[in-house]
Amino acid sequence: MRKYNAWRSKIELPCNFTSAKLWVLAAKLRRPSAKRVVISSLIAPMNRRQTISTILKQRIMILDGGMGTMVQQYKLEEHDYRGHVCRDHPHDLKGNNDLLVLTKPEVIQEIQRSYLEAGADIIETDTFSATSIGMSDYKLEHMVRAMNRAAAKIARDLCDEFTKKDPSKPRFVAGALGPMSRTASISPDVNDASKRNVTFDELHVAYKEQIEALVSGGVDLILVETIFDTLNAKAALFAYLEHFEDDPDPLPLMISGTITDASGRTLTGQTIEAFWNSVRHAKPLSIGINCALGAVAMRPYVEALARVAPETFVSVYPNAGLPNPLSDTGYDETPAMTSGFLQEFAESGLVNIVGGCCGTTPAHIKAIGDAVAKVAPRAVV
Amino acid sequence: MTSHVMHLSGLEPLQIGPDSLFVNVGERTNVTGSRAFAKLILNDDYAGAVEVARQQVANGAQIIDVNMDEAMLDSKAAMTKFLNIIATEPDISRVPIMIDSSKWEVIEAGLKCVQGKSVVNSISMKEGEAQFLHQAKLLRRYGAAAVVMAFDEKGQADTYERKIEICERAYKLLVNTVGFPAEDIIFDPNVFALATGLEEHNNYGVDFINAVAWIKKNLPGAKTSGGISNLSFSFRGNDHVREAMHAVFLYHAIKAGLTMGIVNAGQMGIYDELDPVLREHCEDVILNRRADSTERMLTLAETVKGGGKVRVEDLSWRELPVNERLKLALVKGINTFIVEDTEEARQGFERPLQVIEGPLMAGMDVVGDLFGQGKMFLPQVVKSARVMKQAVAHLVPFIEEEKRLLGTEAKTKGKIVLATVKGDVHDIGKNIVGVVLQCNNYEVIDLGVMVPCDKILAAAKESKANIIGLSGLITPSLEEMAYVAKEMDRLDFHVPLLIGGATTSRMHTAVKIAPNYRHPVVHVVDASRAVGVATSLMSEEMRIPFIKDMNDDYALIRERHANKKSVPLLELEVARANKFDVFAGEYASYKPPVPGRVGVQQLRDYPLSALVPYIDWTPFFLVWDLAGNYPRILDDEIVGVEAKRVFKDGQAMLKRIVSEKWLTANGTYGLLPAGSDGDDIVVYQADEQNVEAMRFHTLRQQNAKEAGRPNFALSDFISPLPPGGRVRERELASSSSPTSAAMQTPSPLAPPPRGEGDYLGLFAVTTGLGGDDRLAAFEKAGDDYNSIMFKALADRLAEAFAEHLHERVRKEFWGYASDEKLSNEELVKEKYRGTRPAPGYPACPDHREKLDIFRVLDAGSIGMALTESLAMTPASSVSGFYFSHPAAQYFTVGKIGDDQIADLAKRRGETIEAQQRALGTLLQ
Repeated sequence: MRKYNAWRSKIELPCNFTSAKLWVLAAKLRRPSAKRVVISSLIAPMNRRQTISTILKQRIMILDGGMGTMVQQYKLEEHDYRGHVCRDHPHDLKGNNDLLVLTKPEVIQEIQRSYLEAGADIIETDTFSATSIGMSDYKLEHMVRAMNRAAAKIARDLCDEFTKKDPSKPRFVAGALGPMSRTASISPDVNDASKRNVTFDELHVAYKEQIEALVSGGVDLILVETIFDTLNAKAALFAYLEHFEDDPDPLPLMISGTITDASGRTLTGQTIEAFWNSVRHAKPLSIGINCALGAVAMRPYVEALARVAPETFVSVYPNAGLPNPLSDTGYDETPAMTSGFLQEFAESGLVNIVGGCCGTTPAHIKAIGDAVAKVAPRAVV
Repeated sequence: MTSHVMHLSGLEPLQIGPDSLFVNVGERTNVTGSRAFAKLILNDDYAGAVEVARQQVANGAQIIDVNMDEAMLDSKAAMTKFLNIIATEPDISRVPIMIDSSKWEVIEAGLKCVQGKSVVNSISMKEGEAQFLHQAKLLRRYGAAAVVMAFDEKGQADTYERKIEICERAYKLLVNTVGFPAEDIIFDPNVFALATGLEEHNNYGVDFINAVAWIKKNLPGAKTSGGISNLSFSFRGNDHVREAMHAVFLYHAIKAGLTMGIVNAGQMGIYDELDPVLREHCEDVILNRRADSTERMLTLAETVKGGGKVRVEDLSWRELPVNERLKLALVKGINTFIVEDTEEARQGFERPLQVIEGPLMAGMDVVGDLFGQGKMFLPQVVKSARVMKQAVAHLVPFIEEEKRLLGTEAKTKGKIVLATVKGDVHDIGKNIVGVVLQCNNYEVIDLGVMVPCDKILAAAKESKANIIGLSGLITPSLEEMAYVAKEMDRLDFHVPLLIGGATTSRMHTAVKIAPNYRHPVVHVVDASRAVGVATSLMSEEMRIPFIKDMNDDYALIRERHANKKSVPLLELEVARANKFDVFAGEYASYKPPVPGRVGVQQLRDYPLSALVPYIDWTPFFLVWDLAGNYPRILDDEIVGVEAKRVFKDGQAMLKRIVSEKWLTANGTYGLLPAGSDGDDIVVYQADEQNVEAMRFHTLRQQNAKEAGRPNFALSDFISPLPPGGRVRERELASSSSPTSAAMQTPSPLAPPPRGEGDYLGLFAVTTGLGGDDRLAAFEKAGDDYNSIMFKALADRLAEAFAEHLHERVRKEFWGYASDEKLSNEELVKEKYRGTRPAPGYPACPDHREKLDIFRVLDAGSIGMALTESLAMTPASSVSGFYFSHPAAQYFTVGKIGDDQIADLAKRRGETIEAQQRALGTLLQ
């Protein structure tokens, strides 16, 4: 326990530690150091985008599964969320899963490890809401950088460990940018359609901070996910393009939207093709959809993306079916079901990256990996 | 190699490639180009300004140009505000926006409001290369295409040479220096006014057209655009000539390769339809064909002065041919002119029926298509149907007259018998399905509500119906539907059976109804699907594949259902051992509250105005198939406009219901002594406290629970009777038998005597009384919209009455929460102490409890009754129980085991089969 605490305090330092030292640390992490020899020798001839592109042309890559629904199973309480570092925080913190990378890192580590053991090629950082806007609900804006760096580092170390064990299957860290709890396209006031409770500029600042921290923590990819308002996403893309403006080796970008109902539109009303037109300027490595509907209902939209984005890899990571409040995990589909649907997607030549969202577990990811292992990836022009 | 397609988007995509047709960019939402729009914006009349945008899109603008460059305006704020507002108007924001300003900061403000991929109008090298490239770089980050003006440090290009020189330089900078995608560059080689009288202006038209051709040929991927109205600036006030000039100019520019133009989409002339003399004169000016072309044009213009197509904005459609007007009236649901238009159309046809078969059905086909594509919402369709009905009503006398002479009938797509099944009185959904089908030319035979199976089947046989549709809202209706299916099979029916209504589902239909009938049984999710299903079933080509797909789907559902591991249930005794204890934990010293007045009370003719504040509006919108929570739904991107409309109409009718007393509200409630006896709650009469008034046989959850979570039954929230029951206890108290003595001698450690002093509330309220005549009048007038509205509001009032009465019970009559202060929203979220479970809902799935409630409260005396299927009449009624315990909560009984069925049979003194019939859906 003592040992663990010592390790943890290292991570906690950033909370009230100033940047200079950390930037040095971060820079070291990004450089091929002794610790990363295996990866750097593997990746050396090509940049990250090329490495991943090369793999994606050979096989379908596997993304990890649900984080929130996995964390739930630990039945963590307020004091678990607070940990040492937020012991005296004036606001309730229970349910703030992104904070766990600082206060209960072993939980996140265990979940991500189980996904890697299940065969995930790419794991997402536990940073879905880790922005100044998301954390303002908990009055934790000042911890955002630390959270993102810690989340990136946890995933980085795990991926390095697994890559070292089996260099033929390199693992990658995707720095996850969630959709934000406020939307720039919808008015919160019935009587005033011009009102917004968040602006593009505010979103831009928040995403910028998150991207900087994730990159300094050592992620391999940036993943803008669960997009229900494309304007929010465009603020994230703006920040991404800005960050890598003059970088000859920008981190590859994954974009994943969410279709929220049977009309086939995003929450803010765009068709899937309109959505793609709105984000394609960021030249992502992959475009796809995740979350809300189960795989079956998502199929037409995956198909549409595969058709309109012939030059881009396509990803899909569905929920384990539709939410079912009566089920234990909140979702209905078993690993066999979800993987069966995704296998059909793969066999129909629609996908390059598959994984799971809410309600999926390492068992789902294992089943998905097995189901698509022998299926050729979708061809990209 | 890239395909050079520009990919724009609003809510919908717009691709513009080398082979695309000319793209209209709407110019009216531009304060510099439209005085009317400028006035609206300056007067802060954004609602009016939004209408201008809507008009542009309705008139065919594929992109709308928005410009707020006006000295009197805070342009940045106006741009932000206007774009934010139209973002919430789906019929505008479906097209991409062209953000138009000469100020970069205004453009940037606009870019921060649009989720789609927009076009910026414009950037240029006016302030040098550095600024130009900086802006281009930012545009790449925002993800926008750009109009690039032929403008450089030296000024605006006015000759062909200058135009192409600037465009080529800008193109190279953009593509080579900042990697701007070539397909996202749109050059504007400057449209200038012609026929100004200055000779050096005469070649402006030719130079523009030639520059367009050069750009298309020499700058791969680049597009071209122009502000067309500038061209005819000299003819301000003469819209006729202006339109002709624009038509001729566009004709030639498009031939040269012009990609898009900023035009008044509502005022576009057609080259071929222009007066040949006028066209020739325009051509002379534009193509600079003769030295005196300007002179000649000005002379001609004097003679053809006219309003062009300028009209009073809103009624412009009145100038369309009558058939078009009818179509538009149907699509837009405008009934102002429908009778006169129908009459005009009738006079143009030989037979009145041709008006229906021709323009009216053509209009309804458009409505059906738009609805099918999700471009119209249900309230709009109902409004269209109302207009249709009015038109038809006008024609009916003429048709009758003709029929007498000829004996003909309208050809329908098919005949459909609709009915709400026996025991169920709910018909709003069924009525909507009926209306929608009728709009689509199906003949609907509506048998009404509570229709027994044999009557449905007889009617279907007699009318030779092609399809039978069943509807129902309460769970017993599901059993009845399965029965109808069984009977159809037995009686050798072949027609398809449609199943719809709130409690029905694809799963239930596939598993429980479809296997009873050899022919197709189709679950129809909502009214919008009814036409598609009916059409597929009636179509020769589609029928077979449709049925096959559906059967496969249902087979899969059944298979999955069968494979679903049935969760093992706990034995009833085990579940009972895990019951909730009234005196558990913090409630150790709990004392049940005593009502101020025990007994049954009636509230007759309750003031409706007192109920209005308690209305929960969210379910009101569901009636109209508008999903979303009130009040957020009013602002919903997709259904907000319609939600606002039905809400407004609903509010107006509600006002009249209350002020003109269209409905009477009656209620009754009882607060009676009670105690739990195992899973039963024994309720005693108020006056004779030893006489049982009823026994409430509650059901217990039998699913496995996590530690600390009880297996609930509603009886858990009432203090238990002492062993032997309340009556015995009283008797025993006066006896001196040794057993009772032992029982009566409290050991010092024993808990205090319990079971004394708890109470159970019962209530039944209705707001459906007295509405029948009004409803009949609406139905007779063919006014389904108002008939549905009326029923929906009556239902809302009934629920509001239940909420309101419950509050008074808590605060006054029972009085255990006299200091409660909750908003309506908090009431809807059930933040109060105690619960109000109703029979037929998850905590009390047994509808039979209503029999006892009605009996004990004598609900008949206030005009309420139960059907044989235990549905309440009038339909707008609510009944249930009140529990006061602070821990009382809603839960779902869920599946129950055979042991509980057997136990229940014993408790009720009835057969096991009777329990299975009543609780069929709860059995494993």
